[in-house]
Amino acid sequence: MTNNLLEIRDLHKSYGAVEVLKGVDCTMQQGDVVSIIGSSGSGKTTMLRCINMLEEFQGGTIRIDGQAIGYDVVNGQRRRKSEREIARQRALTGMAFQQFNLFPHMTAVANVMLGLVKVKKMSRDEARTLAETWLDRVGLRERAEHYPGQLSGGQQQRVAIARAIAMNPKLMLFDEVTSALDPELVNEVLQVIKSLAQDGMSMLLVTHEMRFAYEVSNRVIFMNQGRIGEEGNPREMFHKPQTERLAEFLKSSTFN
Amino acid sequence: MDIMHFLDIIWLARMPILKGLGVTISISLLAICAGTVLGVFVGLALTYGIRPLRWIVRGYTDFIRGTPVLVLVLASYYVLSTVGLQLGPFQAGVLALAVFCSSHVGEIVRGALQSIPTGQTEAAKAIGLTFPQTFAYVLGPQALRHALPAWVNTAAEMVKASTLLSIIGVAELLLRTQELISRTFMSLEFYFFAGLLYFIINYAIERFGRYVERKTAVPT
Repeated sequence: MTNNLLEIRDLHKSYGAVEVLKGVDCTMQQGDVVSIIGSSGSGKTTMLRCINMLEEFQGGTIRIDGQAIGYDVVNGQRRRKSEREIARQRALTGMAFQQFNLFPHMTAVANVMLGLVKVKKMSRDEARTLAETWLDRVGLRERAEHYPGQLSGGQQQRVAIARAIAMNPKLMLFDEVTSALDPELVNEVLQVIKSLAQDGMSMLLVTHEMRFAYEVSNRVIFMNQGRIGEEGNPREMFHKPQTERLAEFLKSSTFN
Repeated sequence: MDIMHFLDIIWLARMPILKGLGVTISISLLAICAGTVLGVFVGLALTYGIRPLRWIVRGYTDFIRGTPVLVLVLASYYVLSTVGLQLGPFQAGVLALAVFCSSHVGEIVRGALQSIPTGQTEAAKAIGLTFPQTFAYVLGPQALRHALPAWVNTAAEMVKASTLLSIIGVAELLLRTQELISRTFMSLEFYFFAGLLYFIINYAIERFGRYVERKTAVPT
């Protein structure tokens, strides 16, 4: 049990009186690619955002490589870690967002370099070399000096993925990374993610691309109303759903 | 009007005019600089301050912005002395303008910071930046660009507001001009000339603002 990469126990999260996560448990091993599917409002994105403390959570624990994320328990009292410590823990994971969120005032390569220089304390030369390697990896070596405003959505998302992954995270979180893209740009981003998965990168993806979830992941989690409705390997999940809710969801989704 | 005669008069009056111009520029520069520094803190408090601090600062900006500058100038000169703070007209005037400037800059900074999408902060957090780092490398530079046009506007307003200091006897450009007029009775000429000088100062500020905007523009 100690070698779990990610271990979520009884995760509870509320916005005021509305409980969005009602006790979620989940574990991942090194190299796992796990897709989270489910209808909007089921808590998929919230769960992902709890893992790097972009959302506070009120109950349960999240551990990455054994480290408790966000909170310490001191004398039975749950206490939020210091901002500095939380910032350090956030670097354990990398995250790609639906809206890319590139820094618009920096070139592509500067976007990738920022965390390397300021968080990893690399020299600028080292950081540039590494950033260029990753931009090359996502097929954008020759766009390194372009600003986000000069790139297409698909290119921006690939830069954003390079920015996250250059930090050498233990776990990559993908939050509906293709939802804001024009249909013809979706594929270039999925190809990048797929190749990272083949390299053994551990990742957790929230996605609406059922075909992609089916192909890329070794496990699928179906979230339903703040709980895990069903989980298993994609073949069984998509072809023989055990719950009526999942069967319904799959029928209304684009997977066929 | 004989243009040569007018230029001759201006030339004869160059010393008081230049002195007045110097005082106007000093007042404006001091007020803009002090007001901007103070205003940045006001803006930060309005955006990120804990609730009690935010309320206090909100009260400060609303009160100052709702008060005519002339009233601030008079209060700073006449009222502060009654509570034991004896300021000369120049100091009192600069203080009033700086305070006025700070409330406007505070609002500009708050607006600029709040116009940045939350995704920017989240992306910065996600790569492990601390808040000071996020501010220094991600939010600050973007807010600066947003704030610049409004800030240039406020700076120009401060130059114009400096004329109000003539009321409390600061010998800035307007007061010097009025003195010259009372000696020569050439009101049209001297007011026109003073207006021209104010225009030149503000035009220079505006050009400078445009220049910085161009320099910091992000290519799209």
